[in-house]
Amino acid sequence: MEKEKFNIVVFSGDLDKVLAAFILATTAASMNMEVNMFFTFWGLNVLRKKKLTSGKNLLQKMMNFMNKGGADRLPLSKFNMLGIGPAMMKIMMKQAKVPSIEEFIKLAKSLGVKLIACTTTFNFMGFQKDDFIEGIDYFAGAATFLQLAREGRISYFL
Amino acid sequence: MKADVTLDCFGLLCPMPIIKTQEKMKELKVGQVLEVLSTDEGIKADMPAWCKATGQEFLGIEEKEGEYRVYIKKIST
Repeated sequence: MEKEKFNIVVFSGDLDKVLAAFILATTAASMNMEVNMFFTFWGLNVLRKKKLTSGKNLLQKMMNFMNKGGADRLPLSKFNMLGIGPAMMKIMMKQAKVPSIEEFIKLAKSLGVKLIACTTTFNFMGFQKDDFIEGIDYFAGAATFLQLAREGRISYFL
Repeated sequence: MKADVTLDCFGLLCPMPIIKTQEKMKELKVGQVLEVLSTDEGIKADMPAWCKATGQEFLGIEEKEGEYRVYIKKIST
């Protein structure tokens, strides 16, 4: 029997929203669904390595200096307070034994969740493959997601 | 209720008990019963939903002072 598809666009790079995306993705995988996570725009920060900056030209380098990458450097959508909010949130998550985003990425991979990275954001932000962590299944565009959505039972945008 | 295997998820929040249940069920043979221990109230609704999605049999749940014991029978591989 072909598995039901659960697809999610991760547009946001906020810790709270990305956490919700990973909770749904790993749960769906545990419910025997085929899960595709499509990371685009700020969402690509989840899959970026921690670097001072990235980019090919000056504007891209300036933007990516501000737009920091790395799963453990994501801001909160509320109460960010220059990083105090996420620091507090991460401690609270740890106290409640909730996995961190980095742990959720590993968990998702081990459950067979597919991680797809958007090529358009990749290109206009001036990223290179080396800016990203291991484990991305493939790079693709909107048509790929829409085809997955056509085949899927559930598709979300976050 | 008697179980063949017990999975301790005390102190874990959603979705960890479900993810661990999925992993654990792979080790069971068809016909065996898994007992999941949880302190997350969400398990009451989540486990029947998980059983429905994966085709396993939900046998029941015992609740005592905020501790839940959930019983699932493996009927599909």
